[in-house]
Amino acid sequence: MIKLLVLIPACTGIAAFFIASDRVRRVLLISAALAQTVLSFAAWVVQPAPALGGWLAEDALGRLIETLTSVLFLAAAVYAVAYLREERHQAHNDFEEGFIFSNAREANFTGCLLLFLAAMTLVAVSQQLALLWVAVEATTLASAPLIYFHRHHRSLEAAWKYLLICSVGIALALLGIFFLAIAATNEDGSTISLMVQDLRLNAHLLNVPWFKAAFVLLLVGYGTKMGLAPFHTWLPDAHSEAPSVASALLSGALLNCAFLGILRVQEICVAGGLARFSDRLLLIFGLLSMAVAAVFISGQTDYKRMLAYSSVEHMGILAVGVSLGGAAVFGAVLHMINHSLTKAMLFLVAGNLLAVYRTKNPGGIRGALSVLPASGVLWLLGLFAITGSPPFGPFLSEFTILKGALDQGKTLVAIAYLAILAVILAAMAAPALAMAQGRPSEDVTAAPSRSIALSVVPAMLGVGVLVMGIYLPPVLTRVLRQAAHLLG
Amino acid sequence: MSQLINSILVFLVLTGFMLLSSSRLAACIRAIAIQGVLLGVLAIAMQDGRLSTVGVLLPLITAAVKGLVLPWLLFRAMREADAVREVEPLISYNLSIMTGAAALALSLWLGQRLQLPSHASPPLQVPAAFFTSLVGVIVIVSRRKALTQVLGYLALENGVYAFGAAAALRLPVLVELGILLDVFAGVFVMGIAIFHISREFDHIDTDKLAALTDRLR
Repeated sequence: MIKLLVLIPACTGIAAFFIASDRVRRVLLISAALAQTVLSFAAWVVQPAPALGGWLAEDALGRLIETLTSVLFLAAAVYAVAYLREERHQAHNDFEEGFIFSNAREANFTGCLLLFLAAMTLVAVSQQLALLWVAVEATTLASAPLIYFHRHHRSLEAAWKYLLICSVGIALALLGIFFLAIAATNEDGSTISLMVQDLRLNAHLLNVPWFKAAFVLLLVGYGTKMGLAPFHTWLPDAHSEAPSVASALLSGALLNCAFLGILRVQEICVAGGLARFSDRLLLIFGLLSMAVAAVFISGQTDYKRMLAYSSVEHMGILAVGVSLGGAAVFGAVLHMINHSLTKAMLFLVAGNLLAVYRTKNPGGIRGALSVLPASGVLWLLGLFAITGSPPFGPFLSEFTILKGALDQGKTLVAIAYLAILAVILAAMAAPALAMAQGRPSEDVTAAPSRSIALSVVPAMLGVGVLVMGIYLPPVLTRVLRQAAHLLG
Repeated sequence: MSQLINSILVFLVLTGFMLLSSSRLAACIRAIAIQGVLLGVLAIAMQDGRLSTVGVLLPLITAAVKGLVLPWLLFRAMREADAVREVEPLISYNLSIMTGAAALALSLWLGQRLQLPSHASPPLQVPAAFFTSLVGVIVIVSRRKALTQVLGYLALENGVYAFGAAAALRLPVLVELGILLDVFAGVFVMGIAIFHISREFDHIDTDKLAALTDRLR
């Protein structure tokens, strides 16, 4: 069953490259996404048997991320079909610089989407750290073509930076894996395998200096992919230039997978009593990411970049939450879900705004509520949710993290955390309100033919965000607890 | 055997300097190809005579991919992009070589500090691996051509691989193959990107890829 989770998107992805008919390929995309999601939820009922000698297995953390990825992918797949239908195969006029560009082949886009899902699923279910590395690198390769869907020089630049910066980061992570393997070699030459389970059980036997060095390299390597400052430089470029449906997946699903790479090592740190060391590093990078994001969100003149920096901020929040330990870890794992749902919804809505207003400058958008009522409302609510306003999910999880910090007497951390959140709230609320209200300029009219799926999909995600803020199903709470327990 | 290993490591360092000092892209690609073959031989030599089928086959595959397939891809990208030389690197070749010497010193120092815990390895091994990685980083940040940056990435990766060989790590075969597949696919995708860059811009100088910045009010 676990193998199927990876194989379904992998096989359909390869097939998609060779299917000439758009209709067949789109049906394939949706059915693969649907099958994957059904299987993911089935795994909550029937614990799937480990595969490949235990290399592939679902623990609480992996299951959370796997299910989250499937749900987001299903949403993205439905949205993508509607989006691709409207994009058609004609040449487009670039609204920023006025040149003509075309899109990449739809077959390649669909194929890469599915392969991207396969790679992310593999990350989530890998119990072997070197295999996890292979999967993380594969996510980069599968998603780079998605960023270059609109064939023009800006998206090419974004894709190139993404490829190069992340590949270098991931190469450092590989060195980290080697360091870890050295740390796992005992005096007598016997070795501990690179399975998370084994490393956790034998964590006290690890060679400490090598393990610490390995943690730093893995944090920097996967942190690059996750968008932790100061290694985040590729992220705003990639998220702003990719088509919105790809941005939604990059931000909502991929960043979690990269974070999982760090969390797996954190599990070992906790088990080996080295949490003090790793927590301090996570805290520093977490707060730095939040601060950097706050600076670049303030006065940002591109709302997709604003969302991208908001992702940097939230990755920082996750790192801070995990570093605090105790109740804050529960908050961090919960926040991962909340952020993913909210941010994916916001990127999809941003795609709708972009299609109608043809500008990425928030100053160029007025009256979204009257031009695009559904998207306007979702945009407004989404931005309030992502900045941590009640009653939405992110409020609950951000509050849990704050409470965790205060419970442990880390007042300074709590103050810094709150101050940055306040700055970002102020910086995002003003443009959000201005975009939603007011009178649209004369030449902006909503195309009447726009597919209803383009609004329904983000609305569904929005409902999820709201529900997560009001009611947590007991089964979810239990799995969240299990996941948080492993992380201290 | 340690004689052989030592000479491989010396050659590895030399290819690093070759990469730093040559402006001709073809020579740089050849340096990377030689590195790939050296790594394969190194991995076999490190096994100290206790050879198994897998232990020989994997390094051979690695050497074939890194020494033949990837260079072939890179030569093709070079022809398509119609690029022959790295014309104006961001730091001059003399300075590159000097930086390389500094990197070598740093690697030797690091190699002395970092003692592999379980077994004695030839003293040059860890420094040569670090040096190769550092050369990769230097090339990535100091060269303009997209193709040269890919070569830098490969050198970085080769250094990491050499480190793994130096520590005589035995990763499962599946993982080794996975890593190799990723490197291959990575260069393949980067090659496609280079093709598009050359078509879009009529050259492959990445310093012209600078349209995306933050414009804050």
